[in-house]
Amino acid sequence: MADEVILKVENLTKRFGGIIAVDQVSFELKQGEFLGLIGPNGSGKTTLINLITGFVKPTSGRIYYRNMEITHCPPYQIACLGIARSFQMVRAFHKIPAYKNLIVPLYSPRVRKLSGGKYGERDDMAIDLLDDFGFERDSFVPYKPAGSLPHGYLKRLDLARCMALRPELLILDELFSGMTMSEVSATLPLIEKFNREGLTIIMVEHRLKELFRVANRVIVLNFGRKIADGPPREAMSQKEVQRAYLGTETEG
Amino acid sequence: MAEAIKYRKERIDRGIKARSDTIYMLSSYRELLYILFPRVLPISFLLLSPIFIGGGYWGKVIFYSCTFALLALSWDLLASVGLISLGQALFFGVGSYVAGGFNFYFKWPLFLTIPLATFGGALICTFLLVPVLRLRGVYFSMVTLILPLLFDHLIETLEILGGTHGLLSLSPFPSHWMAVYIAVVSVILCLFGFRRLLHEDYGFVLRGIREDDRVVMAGGINIYWYKAQTIFIAAMVGCFAGALMTHYYQFVGRSAFALDNTILPLAGVVLGGSGNFAGSVLGTFILVPLSEALRALGGLRMALYSLILIIALATLPEGIFHYLERKYHQFERMVSI
Amino acid sequence: MEIIIYGITNSVTLVLMTLGFSLTFGISGLANFAHGAFYLLGGILTWVFMNELGIPYLLSALLSIFIVGLFGFFLYWGLMLRLRGLAINEVIATLATAVVIIEVLRYLGFSGFTYVLPEFIKGSIQIGKSWVDYQRILLVAIGIALIIFLFLFTHRTKIGLSFRAISQNERTAISLGIDSDWTAALSLSFGSALAVIAGLVILPLGSIDTQIGYDILISALAVGIVGGLESVPGILVASLILGFGQIVVATFIKAQWQTVVTLAAIVVILAVKPSGIFGKYKELEERV
Ligand SMILES: Nc1ncnc2c1ncn2[C@@H]1O[C@H](COP(=O)(O)OP(=O)(O)OP(=O)(O)O)[C@@H](O)[C@H]1O
Ligand SMILES: [Mg+2]
Repeated sequence: MADEVILKVENLTKRFGGIIAVDQVSFELKQGEFLGLIGPNGSGKTTLINLITGFVKPTSGRIYYRNMEITHCPPYQIACLGIARSFQMVRAFHKIPAYKNLIVPLYSPRVRKLSGGKYGERDDMAIDLLDDFGFERDSFVPYKPAGSLPHGYLKRLDLARCMALRPELLILDELFSGMTMSEVSATLPLIEKFNREGLTIIMVEHRLKELFRVANRVIVLNFGRKIADGPPREAMSQKEVQRAYLGTETEG
Repeated sequence: MAEAIKYRKERIDRGIKARSDTIYMLSSYRELLYILFPRVLPISFLLLSPIFIGGGYWGKVIFYSCTFALLALSWDLLASVGLISLGQALFFGVGSYVAGGFNFYFKWPLFLTIPLATFGGALICTFLLVPVLRLRGVYFSMVTLILPLLFDHLIETLEILGGTHGLLSLSPFPSHWMAVYIAVVSVILCLFGFRRLLHEDYGFVLRGIREDDRVVMAGGINIYWYKAQTIFIAAMVGCFAGALMTHYYQFVGRSAFALDNTILPLAGVVLGGSGNFAGSVLGTFILVPLSEALRALGGLRMALYSLILIIALATLPEGIFHYLERKYHQFERMVSI
Repeated sequence: MEIIIYGITNSVTLVLMTLGFSLTFGISGLANFAHGAFYLLGGILTWVFMNELGIPYLLSALLSIFIVGLFGFFLYWGLMLRLRGLAINEVIATLATAVVIIEVLRYLGFSGFTYVLPEFIKGSIQIGKSWVDYQRILLVAIGIALIIFLFLFTHRTKIGLSFRAISQNERTAISLGIDSDWTAALSLSFGSALAVIAGLVILPLGSIDTQIGYDILISALAVGIVGGLESVPGILVASLILGFGQIVVATFIKAQWQTVVTLAAIVVILAVKPSGIFGKYKELEERV
């Protein structure tokens, strides 16, 4: 069980016109792993996530989720299989109260099958869930329109939205960007806890210090290619990675 | 030099609004009335006005208002998932012709043709429109605009379904009252039904789709399926309105696909305010009688609606209903800063 | 032979009808449903200038191109600017403008055989076995010239390049100092002017009827839907398909079946490739 491969990516390539955003990337992810996905700006991390979650279709290559090919599945099907993702740029339903934002994943076929829920019940589920992410249930915060909440709250709302889907694989795209230090230190243990409880996580992050505290493996991308894969220390000590990050030489 | 701003407007909920949200509502007449008044008023207006106005010319106007209100409600439902239809005439026309056709060629009674037009017509419209859902933005408007105009051409040039003369002497409703009350009751049902729907979980999914369909997809929901369902419901309402009108007039002709049937409901929605359904009904119940009063203008009426539409868009984007609602629930005052 | 000649003229006519609409849409993302109304307005203005005010043809034509272009420009500054960003309102506003223009013109009675614009050159020429008016030949020439002109304009001149910049990425363009409102207003104004030019070339072939205000819009939308709105090659190909399709059906079956061709093309394209022949799926391939 613990060693089951949950996600397998094979020679994944995506071109946007002339740019090769993701170039022949392959890796396997085991159940319960915490993978950090890093790389300089524009190295294709977000694109890789979009590919895995079906928002962008690959030019070539295949993606398997638990031995099932999902390369050509639409995003909602992939989400219903249990792959939840957050967005790098905050996205929320701005005119809808924060807790009602969670109705959407709670109403998805996946969650309805897992836990049922009638009208009103879902509201309670949403408020319970948000409570864990710092939207105190007795304050007015969960009931305010999402658009009026500060950025850090929206980021956590996005995380809560992912968790509402009861995911088996959680993909976070720069969750911590734009969060305050205290928000980060409140959220990080939560994610760690999810991982300990068996959730597989892929996390894109530029804050390497925080990332290395939780991740037990990192993949480094540069110009769309995978240049390192392994435990954080080892990966970071590779020459190519240092070159990519410090930029002493330009690529040929 | 610009004068420094000393005051700002503040809007505060009335105390009674806050109180009547809670258990007080059941314990005090005032709060009960406060809650019930906005609901009972339109229902009783709709139900009683045919009686007071009677049959005759203005009785007809009530009937028209109701059919256009149905079209406006259907538009507003589509708008609530972010689909901007410019072709309510498509629904109206398809419904009219399905009902009229079956009545004319197969002599089916109207109790069969109207439900048939409602469901069958809605199916036709949904099949026509669903492919467009894959595209963003303005495509839906374009396709809905062009389809009824093309159907109009088609009927004219191919002389099918009665051609330019239309299908005449269809079976009438047993009485004027029956027609009017069917129309009135369906307006009430749609109005409150749709308002309720948008507050259900299902409705929040629809609203989510309008605001950010990508988040909805990431939430594991098939947006096309939901949009298709919405189109079907909206088309049902529109086709029903068309079928009613056909049998009321005992006639269906190319005018069913005319642009008037798009512009008038649209003007109603924009004037009354979109997004809450009540505005659509309010708007059409203002515009249709107004336009009857302005019959003398003839062809200019369409221009007039459009002008109203433009003016309402530019000056009163929230719509009349929103304005009234705000005044009812909140008071305003100037506070110094 | 006839089919080829009429097919070509018909296709170029369709291209002419669509160019203005697609120019505006391609640049500012504004669907100008008043396109057909501008076409009509241009024709009628020219007629009025010539026959009521006695202004010479060339001047009347230029004047009406200019006036309608200006009208488009102020439509943007006066109305669209207030509504920008809300797709609902943009779409409704241009359609409403169209209806106002067309219905007022209809009310004023600008329909019928008296309302005819002059042909550029009278007469016709025999090609093979069939006679073709000079006007039709001119139409083809002007259509092709316009396409080339537009291409050069958007690829060589400064305004044209800023048009293209805006259409590719509005935000980046703004940050480079291109005024997007100004450009959008210009694009609407150019689109409207193109509609008038199309009208001046096409209208002499028949008499003016206010209904064409809607018919032109239908044609432009049909071509746009079939070809893919922003893509110029798409428009050309779609015009050829529809243009020839209509003529073929008209000669072999019945002239009335032309609408069927249009409708069928739309329905088929929507079912097979909803974005149009050369259009791109805008649905997902967007930055997430
Ligand atoms: N829809 C698109 N069309 C064209 N190019 C794109 C698109 N999406 C991404 N790109 C390009 O692909 C490359 C990779 O982008 P991506 O967003 O995946 O990088 P990233 O690693 O997430 O960067 P960051 O750390 O800044 O988030 C970039 O050069 C980007 O410009
Ligand atoms: Mg990124």
